[in-house]
Amino acid sequence: MLDILKGPIQAIQEFYELAGRALRGIARKPHYVDDILLQMDSIGVGSVPIVLLTGFFTGAVMAMQMGRSLQQYGQTGRTGQFVSIILVRELGPVLAAVMVAGRNSSGIASELGSMKVTEQIDAMRALGTDPVQKLVTPRMIATAVMLPALTVIDDFVGMVGGWVMSVLLFGLPSRQYWTSTWQALVWNDVGQGLLKPFIFSFAVSLIGCFYGLRTTGGTQGVGRATTQAMVVASVSIFILDLFISKIFVSRTN
Amino acid sequence: MPENDNASVLRFEKVGVVFDDGTRALDQISFDVRHSETRILLGAAGSGKTVLLKTAMGLNRVTEGKVFLFNEDVTTMPEAQMFDVRSKIGMLFQESALFDSMTVAQNVAYPLLNQKAIQMPREKMEPAVRDSLRFVELEQTLERYPSELSGGMRRRVAIARAVVNKPPLLLYDSPTAGLDPITAHTIMALIIKERDVDKTTALVVTHRYQDGNLAANFRYNPDSGRLDPADGTGTKTVFMVLREGRLVFEGGQADLEASADPYISKFVKRPEKDAA
Repeated sequence: MLDILKGPIQAIQEFYELAGRALRGIARKPHYVDDILLQMDSIGVGSVPIVLLTGFFTGAVMAMQMGRSLQQYGQTGRTGQFVSIILVRELGPVLAAVMVAGRNSSGIASELGSMKVTEQIDAMRALGTDPVQKLVTPRMIATAVMLPALTVIDDFVGMVGGWVMSVLLFGLPSRQYWTSTWQALVWNDVGQGLLKPFIFSFAVSLIGCFYGLRTTGGTQGVGRATTQAMVVASVSIFILDLFISKIFVSRTN
Repeated sequence: MPENDNASVLRFEKVGVVFDDGTRALDQISFDVRHSETRILLGAAGSGKTVLLKTAMGLNRVTEGKVFLFNEDVTTMPEAQMFDVRSKIGMLFQESALFDSMTVAQNVAYPLLNQKAIQMPREKMEPAVRDSLRFVELEQTLERYPSELSGGMRRRVAIARAVVNKPPLLLYDSPTAGLDPITAHTIMALIIKERDVDKTTALVVTHRYQDGNLAANFRYNPDSGRLDPADGTGTKTVFMVLREGRLVFEGGQADLEASADPYISKFVKRPEKDAA
């Protein structure tokens, strides 16, 4: 029994060790600003199309379903309110994070994994750089900055999707839709809507780096690391979401 | 660089390495590499050759014993301090380990830019990189990416990267593995050239006896740019044989060839078979 638990517990310990070293890297010299900008471009700007598409269609489908249900009570006018609350509080952060996890946790794991199996990580240490400082910290910072930004885009595009559906299907006046979307939001929603992606960003980047850096077993190992990183990062996002939501729900009550 | 010709450059004292999963990679390894010596480390695949090199470089954790680099105990040295020691060592990795995302020039410049112990002004870096690439005769590849180069060329670029800051100790991990005989000869010629031009100490891991034979009996001729027979003028080459993590032989070429041990003689007899 103890032997079965030993593996996962050791992995968790190693993960926190990596997270600690990566966080320490923020304060320690040297700072690899070029790498941070490069990662911001690849993780942030590179994820914009996927976030635009998923955001728009989620918002649209949500407005469609909500509108239909609300129609029964003659409350179609409140569609915008529901769309904006659900998007900003829950779906925006989670969807953006899961999309970025699918795209970047796996990407990071495969990149670092390939570097590990071709001894590039060892070479880095041999040539005077700390791989955590050079590879993990920039990815962590870049994701922490870009994921909240992507979430804001996702939320907005989702509302646009909802607006298109409300106008086309339910003949809602645009002004009514946007007023109810805007008025539905309070600071608490915006707060959790931005805090969530910030926290998720660490799961996305660090889990990708963690699985990448512990890759063994050649190209097959890289494939395994990529899949594991994506699965674990996505699942952690949902688990973290529940806990963060609980904290915010308790605060409002 | 140690002035004294007899100074110890790399010393292992009863070193053992056991991995986290319990496998023992090295067992009771002791040897002492002196200044300007060339050590040839022979051994079958999985005998611990690469682990030994990485241990020498401080990339592996040592379980037992002590490792000394330039007479300094590095066994438990923290990573930050280790970087300074590593700046005095050049290492050629088995699969070259060039950084895919960087050009050849950026790869070769990497140690100059990143090793804190090397304080080189930026304007001197480009000439140093060019010199180093000229040394391996690949000056024309400066702006190309490693993926565009052949296996032999990649290994030559990796040698250029290892020697760019003129380290006094060089570690070569299977420099000729997976290469055709002609390219393998070119690589060995470069290793010998580096030894004779810069008087460096080297530890060469290989499973080919020919490589060791070449290092022991040939010298680089700067006039012709070729290898000439050393004619018995000692090249300070010492052979070591590793078997399942244990050092089973240490000595000169004559002793190695005279050994009756079946494992050891397997390495020595191979070239004759190849020739036949």
